[in-house]
Amino acid sequence: MTKLTQKLESLGQITVQSLERLGFAMRLFWDSFYWLIVGRKYKQRLRFAQVIKHIKAEGVDALPIVLMLALVVGMMLAIQLIYALQAFGAQSQVLLAIAKSVTREFSPLITGIIVAGRSGAAIAARIGSQTVSQEIDALNVMGVVPVRYLVLPPLLALIISMPLLIIAADIVAIFGGALFSVTKLDMSISAYMVESFNVLVIGDIMQGLIKSVVFGIIIVLVGATTGFYVTNGAEGVGKATTTAVVVSISFIVFADMIASYFLTK
Amino acid sequence: MSKQNRTTPEKVIEVTDLVTHYGTRKILDGMNFAVDRGEIRVIMGGSGSGKSTLLWYILGLYKPTSGQIKVLGEDINQISFNEHLKLKQNIGVSFQSGALFSSMTVGDNVAFPLREFTDLDENTIRIITRMKLEVVNLGGFHKLMPSQLSGGMIKRAALARAIVMDPKLLFFDEPSAGLDPVVASEIDDLILSLRDNMGMSMIVVTHELESAFKIADRITFLDQGKNLLTASVDEVKQSKNKRIMDLLQRRSRHDKLDPDEYLRRLTQENYTLS
Repeated sequence: MTKLTQKLESLGQITVQSLERLGFAMRLFWDSFYWLIVGRKYKQRLRFAQVIKHIKAEGVDALPIVLMLALVVGMMLAIQLIYALQAFGAQSQVLLAIAKSVTREFSPLITGIIVAGRSGAAIAARIGSQTVSQEIDALNVMGVVPVRYLVLPPLLALIISMPLLIIAADIVAIFGGALFSVTKLDMSISAYMVESFNVLVIGDIMQGLIKSVVFGIIIVLVGATTGFYVTNGAEGVGKATTTAVVVSISFIVFADMIASYFLTK
Repeated sequence: MSKQNRTTPEKVIEVTDLVTHYGTRKILDGMNFAVDRGEIRVIMGGSGSGKSTLLWYILGLYKPTSGQIKVLGEDINQISFNEHLKLKQNIGVSFQSGALFSSMTVGDNVAFPLREFTDLDENTIRIITRMKLEVVNLGGFHKLMPSQLSGGMIKRAALARAIVMDPKLLFFDEPSAGLDPVVASEIDDLILSLRDNMGMSMIVVTHELESAFKIADRITFLDQGKNLLTASVDEVKQSKNKRIMDLLQRRSRHDKLDPDEYLRRLTQENYTLS
C-alpha cells in the first residue's frame, strides 16, 4: 500500500512538473514577443546581429546535412513507392506521390528532427550551462531580461530559417526521387522536376512551411525550458541536452500528426 | 527617469521584517536590515545563516513570503517590472563565482552593460571598458576569455563589469573566498578605493574575518535567519555574544542534540529538514 501511494505520489509530481514546464514554455513564447515589441522602449533591444548569428548557426550550418538526408529520403521514397505502385500498374503516379508526400510531410519532419538534434541540444546546453554558472542570475541583476537576450534571437532565427530549409529540402528531395524514378519512367530529370512542380498546389507547399514554423518554435521553447530548469551542475546540463532532443522530437511528431489532420482537408 | 536616478536616499537599503522560504524551510525569519549611503557593510554568519539568501532577495531574484525590501528608496516588490529593470542599472553585483559570460572575452564582458543600456559609440565603450579594467589591475587582459583567467583575475574582471555603469550600490558575494592572502588583500584595497573614489555604498558577504575588519564600516551578523547584531568593527571585537565570539574565535558550534530528532534523521526513509 505504501509503495502504491509512493508510486501515485511520484506520478503526481511528474504531472505537476510537466505542467509547470509547459506553462513556463508558453510564458517564454509570450515574453519573447512581448519584448520584441516593447523592448526598445525599455532598453531591452533585440540585437539583429544576434539573430543573424543564430540564423547561420541553426539554419545555414544545418543546410548540408538537411540536404543530404532530403536527397536520400527522396530516393528512398521513389524506391518504395515504385515498388508499391507497380502492384497497380501505376508507377507513373510516383511523381505525384513523391512531390506531395515530400512537401507536406517528409521534408518538414526530417528537417525538424535534424534541427532538434542540432539546435535544440545546443540551446539547452548553452542556457543550461549559463544557469549553472550563474550567468542567468548575472543577466537578471544587471537588468537584462534573459528571455529577450537568450530565447528571442534563436526563436526568430528558427522562424525565419526553418521555412527556407524546408524549401531547399523539398527541391532536393524531389530531385532525389527523380534520380531513381527516371530510370523506371522513361523521363528526363528536368522533365520530372518540372512535372513535379506542376502537380504541386500552393496548399502542399504551405502545409510544409506552416509545420516548419511550428517545429522551429517547439525546438527553441523545449531547448530553452530544459536549459532554464537545469540543476546539478555539469551532469544536469548533459541530462537537459538529452531531454531537450527527446522531448522536442516527440512534440514535433505529435504536432506533425495534429497539423496533418487539420491541414489535410 | 525614475527618482532613484536623481538622488540617492540616506538609506540605500531598508529591509523590514523579511521572511523567506526555500520550499517549506524557513530561511530568513523576520530580518531587519538597513545600509546607509556611502557605507561598506559586511554581512557575516555561519553557513546556512541566510547571508547569500538575503543578498538574492535584496537583488530581487526571488519574491519573499512577507516583509518589505527597499533599494535606493524603491520598494522592489511594489514597483513595476520595468521600474525594477531601471533600478537594477544603478546596482552592480560581483558574484562569488564571477559569473562572467564564458562565450565572451573579458573586454566584451565588461562592455556588456554599456552596450545594453547606453547609446555610446564603440570607441567610447572601448575606452571606458579598458579604464575599468585598469582600475582592477587587469589592463591589457581584455582579449582573454574567462577560461584563461585565474581565480583572482576572474573576481577582478567581475568587479570591473559590476562597476562599469558607475553604480550607486555594489554587492559582493565572497570577494576573497578561495584566493591567496595577497590577492584577497588587493581586492579589499580595491573595495576601499572604490568607495572612497566613487562614493559607492557596498554590501559585502564574506567569511573572511581579516577582510571584514579591514573594509567594514559596520558588520551585520546573521544567525538562523535573523539579524543577530549590527555594529562597528570595534564593537564587534568586544561583543560578549556567544555566537559572535564563537565565530570570531573560530570555535565549533555545540548545538544541543535532540535525541529524537537525531534518531528520526538516521532512520526515516523520506526524512527532509523542516
